[in-house]
Amino acid sequence: MNSEVVKKAFIRTIPVMAGYLVLGTGFGILLRNSGYEVPWAFAMSLFIYAGSMQYVGVSLITAGASVITVIFTTLMVNARHLFYSISMIDRYRDAGCYKPFLIFELTDETYSLLCDDPGPEGLDVNQYRFFVSLFNHGYWILGSVLGSLLGSVLPFSTAGIEFSMTALFITSFTEQWLTASDHVPALTGLLTTLGCLIVFGSTYFLIPAMLLITLILTLRRNHGNPKEGES
Amino acid sequence: MNHAVSAAILIAAMSIVTILLRALPFLIFHRHTPDYIIYLGKVLPAAIIGMLVIYCLKDVSVLRAPYGLPELIAGTAASGIQIWKRNSLISILAGTVLYMVLVQQVF
Repeated sequence: MNSEVVKKAFIRTIPVMAGYLVLGTGFGILLRNSGYEVPWAFAMSLFIYAGSMQYVGVSLITAGASVITVIFTTLMVNARHLFYSISMIDRYRDAGCYKPFLIFELTDETYSLLCDDPGPEGLDVNQYRFFVSLFNHGYWILGSVLGSLLGSVLPFSTAGIEFSMTALFITSFTEQWLTASDHVPALTGLLTTLGCLIVFGSTYFLIPAMLLITLILTLRRNHGNPKEGES
Repeated sequence: MNHAVSAAILIAAMSIVTILLRALPFLIFHRHTPDYIIYLGKVLPAAIIGMLVIYCLKDVSVLRAPYGLPELIAGTAASGIQIWKRNSLISILAGTVLYMVLVQQVF
């Protein structure tokens, strides 16, 4: 085990730590106030590990929803994970024994940290990905258990700290923009999703946006994109 | 049915569906990855990050006070600091602290 890998991975995950601890705590509090204590928060954060789905899950569980409803809601809310996996197939190809774990750990935030990160130079990239994934999951579990133990809001105001997730994506977007020679994919993602949000509303926009993004990028490939192959 | 048992079943359902969504593309293209999927793997990350930016801002209203101003100011700051310093840790922390000040003290 290389301690340099652990250190680099930890530094990379600090922005996620802030967001996950707070959002996890919020989840733990919500679940506790719905009558489900620490073991439930721990189990959900360990086995589901999908932020917005767990929040939705609390209301599904307390409402006594049917298994079919839960399956379809999960499909709707988490369909975007298909997208993450498709774009990581090539990157995780040679991840060996880390692969199943890395796949299970692909949340929005872990994805955005790792999708364009070649890892620190001279170090094992899969070990680095493993620790980035592990740290993030650890923050999420820790946050939800803390929230469950506290059972009420923190004594100081953390209002607005959830913006760290938005800032993470905005920063990744900016960094990708600065390094990419082709800005069409970034603009396609941004503008298509914005258009779908306006047309379909905030509950249903994500799946149409994903389909449309895939369609546009596919058409662009078929119509002879001169830059294909670069990257 | 016992509350704990039904809750456990629902949690298992959420977990299994989420795992399947994450694993499915890897299972389908286990042996051979078509060129088309490799192409998507190249262009999707930038598009997905763009999508996630909007996804995070989906509940912001530009029609009601504060008209999305805290998000606009803090988001522009995070992006600007990234262009300037190229250090995402600094950009994210600065953007977040600025946002917290804005929503707690200003707006």
